[in-house]
Amino acid sequence: MIRIDSVTKRYPDGTVAVDRLSLEIPDRSITVFVGPSGCGKTTTLRMINRMVEPSEGRILLDGADIHAQPVNTLRRSMGYVIQNAGLFQHRTIVDNIATVPRLLGWSKQKARARAAELMERVGLDTALAKRYPYQLSGGQQQRVGVARALAADPPVLLMDEPFSAVDPVVRKGLQDELLRIQDELGKTIVFVTHDIDEAIKLGTMVAVMRTGGHLAQYAPPAELLTAPADEFVEDFLGADRGIRRLSFFPSTGLELQRAPIVAIDADAGRLGARASADAPYLLVTDLDGRPLGWGEPQDLTAGSIDPARLLSYGRPFMPGRDSLRAALDGSVLSPTGWAVAVDGEGRAVGVVSQQVIGAAIRTAHAEGRDDARVGG
Amino acid sequence: MSGFFDIPSDLQNTYFGLIGLHLREALIPVLAGLLVSLPIAQLCVRFRWLYPPVLGVTTILYAIPSLAFFVVLIDYTGQTETTVMIPLAVYSLVVLVPAIVDGVRSVPAETLAAATAMGLGPVRRYFQVQLPIAVPAIIAGLRVATVSSISLVSVGMLIGNQGALGNLLNDANLYHRPELAVNSVVTTAVLAILADAFLVLVRRVLTPWMPKESTR
Repeated sequence: MIRIDSVTKRYPDGTVAVDRLSLEIPDRSITVFVGPSGCGKTTTLRMINRMVEPSEGRILLDGADIHAQPVNTLRRSMGYVIQNAGLFQHRTIVDNIATVPRLLGWSKQKARARAAELMERVGLDTALAKRYPYQLSGGQQQRVGVARALAADPPVLLMDEPFSAVDPVVRKGLQDELLRIQDELGKTIVFVTHDIDEAIKLGTMVAVMRTGGHLAQYAPPAELLTAPADEFVEDFLGADRGIRRLSFFPSTGLELQRAPIVAIDADAGRLGARASADAPYLLVTDLDGRPLGWGEPQDLTAGSIDPARLLSYGRPFMPGRDSLRAALDGSVLSPTGWAVAVDGEGRAVGVVSQQVIGAAIRTAHAEGRDDARVGG
Repeated sequence: MSGFFDIPSDLQNTYFGLIGLHLREALIPVLAGLLVSLPIAQLCVRFRWLYPPVLGVTTILYAIPSLAFFVVLIDYTGQTETTVMIPLAVYSLVVLVPAIVDGVRSVPAETLAAATAMGLGPVRRYFQVQLPIAVPAIIAGLRVATVSSISLVSVGMLIGNQGALGNLLNDANLYHRPELAVNSVVTTAVLAILADAFLVLVRRVLTPWMPKESTR
């Protein structure tokens, strides 16, 4: 555990970057520092590995002051990932990753074997090992940055806006990869970002900081969305926090209806039998059960259903994997107001109306069932 | 009329002997200049305020005519190669110091921060990160310094037979053999071009990590 104990950083010109900050960073979890530029989040991160020394207060690592060990020993026990990766442009990918193991005195062979193993872990083709950084894309470079930070298996990982400089699609991939790696390795990760969505997606705990180095709120993301401490946090969270909070409610409990699902080759009797007052629309699927679109029963003629004339089914969600947010989104996207649930192969397993989703949201709120993180 | 490569006996040297002498008188000062520039440049990087005055001093030194240098030095080092090489070494600083400073400063802030964060101390940071990344800039500086040094050696003829190929210019005048002047100029130019090409080659070997399109 890292304990930050009433730490202040004041620069010689009088600027206060961090103001009496106290908080505890739990082990084996991702703690995100988020805030506008100049809020002291990077300064805080850099005080943990002593790239910046606090003016007052102290930082404890597992109960011991971080000054108890030589600075470079401390730093080698903490992986560090920086914006734009900060790779050594004059060294090959494998040698970049092997930097800290080599500093720790590992043999070249052992360090390189470890580097190759890490390339696989972060999703890099080992064929890139002998390349130089300029030959890689921004996203690949950032993966190398993560691999390099993990090379000596440090218990702590410090990440300073690591994904800010890559495009949104690549960033999402890197975030998902980080969560996957974290599931496997269970590091104590301290992550700095200015992107509140990134903070909410990645953080087990989120520390919202405001200009002048004040801690505005320190809470799990769901709590942040439910109960922002003040107007600043509320503004910083932005619009739709109610909708975004739905990401923390699983869609598993939704009552799905199978009845309104018909295959494209359904006969007249079946079409008639499936139409009911509850479900004014029928979901037509292909012969494998994959959704094609919605139609009103009176418009569907057995044997001659034209997929091109069906109404859009929006974006289907996967119960169990996706959240209530994904389910609600699917229902809002379809003009029918119904969301389609699919299995792993994309086959429709049920449909659900906005009313049912709404009821599930109210139930979830009532139960406060926001502890389980779900994707989507 | 004697031949193009027929070197007058007063030079007490063959054509290739002159070339060897010329290269020695030109390259040793550049090497010495490099060895002096590296620590000076590192000080300028570490203490930013030092850089402008250092630049000023090297520029002023560069503005001193070599003849004036010779007049002062001749009392100490006599009519020797050393007297020619000292000013050349001093002149190289005006190119090499800024080249190294710019090269070391061109290391991206993220790269340096990452090096520090990984527990590389200042010495390792300098030798393992800053210096290697500065190599292209340093070699760019070396190319200018080398070419200029090769052409400047000729002034050594002013203090007797210390101008290597430059002495041919004097002999051309003395013996009314203009082809010796042509020989001197052409050989010096060829040496400069070859030395430059050699440095480009060295850079390519030392920096396989540079994007190919920026290869000059």
